[in-house]
Amino acid sequence: MQKHQEDGRVLAGGQSLIPLLALRLARPALLIDLARIAELARLGEWEGGISIGAMVRQRVAERSPLVRQRAPLLAAALKFIAHPAIRSRGTVGGSLAHADPAAELPAVVVTLEAELVVASSERGERTIPAADFFSGHYTTALLADEILTEIRIPGPGPSTGFSFHEVSRRSGDFAMVGVAAAVAVEEGSISGARLCLTGVADRPVLATAPELGLLGVAPDRGVFEAAGEAIAARLRPPTDLHGSAEYRRQLALVLVARALRSASQRARGDNEDRREGAPA
Amino acid sequence: MNEPPEPISPYEAIPIRLRVNGELRSGAVEPRRTLADFLREELSLTGTHLGCEHGVCGACTVLVDGEPARSCLLLAVQVNGAEVRTIEGLAVAGELSPLQSAMRDQHGFQCGFCTPGFLMQIQALLEERRALSEAEVREELSGNLCRCTGYESIVRGVMAALGSGADG
Ligand SMILES: Cc1cc2nc3c(=O)[nH]c(=O)nc-3n(C[C@@H](O)[C@H](O)[C@H](O)COP(=O)(O)OP(=O)(O)OC[C@H]3O[C@@H](n4cnc5c(N)ncnc54)[C@H](O)[C@@H]3O)c2cc1C
Ligand code: FES
Ligand code: FES
Repeated sequence: MQKHQEDGRVLAGGQSLIPLLALRLARPALLIDLARIAELARLGEWEGGISIGAMVRQRVAERSPLVRQRAPLLAAALKFIAHPAIRSRGTVGGSLAHADPAAELPAVVVTLEAELVVASSERGERTIPAADFFSGHYTTALLADEILTEIRIPGPGPSTGFSFHEVSRRSGDFAMVGVAAAVAVEEGSISGARLCLTGVADRPVLATAPELGLLGVAPDRGVFEAAGEAIAARLRPPTDLHGSAEYRRQLALVLVARALRSASQRARGDNEDRREGAPA
Repeated sequence: MNEPPEPISPYEAIPIRLRVNGELRSGAVEPRRTLADFLREELSLTGTHLGCEHGVCGACTVLVDGEPARSCLLLAVQVNGAEVRTIEGLAVAGELSPLQSAMRDQHGFQCGFCTPGFLMQIQALLEERRALSEAEVREELSGNLCRCTGYESIVRGVMAALGSGADG
């Protein structure tokens, strides 16, 4: 990368890059195929959570029992990416590095406070908190000579439930709005919550329990709807072919309430339920 | 990290070897050549169709190491050493496979443009040997587009193939 930072692009699964090449929207002089680097496809335990190599394919992560157990939110969100025949090649790291403002995985890693490990041949490795990684449309904190190598996701906290909800025009399309949520419920009241929206801004939008007015309150439909309204009011979503700003704001309101509700139900339910993740 | 290999010019052909429908095939391809073009133009396997050429329609779906994949979104050099299966590999000794027969019986295609992609996607589904409801089948096939049938007859064909336990 060091040598070719001007005109080189790394190729991961190619599921975003090859369409850009086919449409002549990107014309790199050089492609560097990361598939040859075996270490980048490792998936294993990391402290109480998991470490996912950037080149782990989305389909592999989605099927992994370890991912389902230790990162149920990721397992749930992966199913919303495109279609099986695209996830069979697309990689976890490729989706994050590509940073599409409507992609699912950026919202997931920000919600879960993941650490992203990046490397350059000159300066070695550094670790970037997920919340600092996304800096705009298709733009990340990666420098021209760096690649993303590993995603470290902390294990699920006690009494915490997760869910992912989205609405898209057709099954498999990018989300018009998507919401990732994590809610902890202890002794009948909410002890922590984080949620992150995708599709509503140039990067994932994070909100936490205090901002949502959720800390210390009993989980019920009313508080979740109020949280949805509070977030929706502060969003300035884009208007495009898929939906108007107003429609997206309304979707955000509904999906935030829904995601918080199902995450809190899982937090209170038994472990099995929590591990299941959340198909819509 | 190791010293990177020298870059290859976009016009320089790279030797590749892969198994296609069980047969060992080799060729020399420009790095920018897609798997779809390699199959169609170099191997004359024109059963794999190209519709959108950017991943949306599913017509070009083939199996790579048993997994369905878009051959328009793969470079031929990326499948060096892989096992690729195309629509031409479904029938055995001129006999339609159980899936092909089920699709024929249920009138699962009209113009046939989408059919190779559908069949390879469905073949992968059958090989997973999961019990699937009709709603699940529709979800699994949502990445394949058909402009003719309205999907009803395709779904009927899949349900028939699933019911008969067809996987090959
Ligand atoms: C029809 C269709 C529908 C889709 N729907 C969705 C969807 O609903 N949601 C969604 O999130 N995605 C969707 N995608 C895109 C998703 O499938 C891609 O997998 C993902 O965005 C990119 O991953 P990749 O591994 O294919 O990366 P590539 O296409 O290989 O690379 C994408 C970009 O990231 C860079 N890059 C890749 N890996 C690294 C790395 N390790 N370090 C630094 N840079 C890197 C590349 O240089 C390139 O610029 C869709 C794609 C298609 C074709
Ligand atoms: S031609 Fe490959 S998906 Fe349409
Ligand atoms: S049969 Fe004509 S596109 Fe499907």
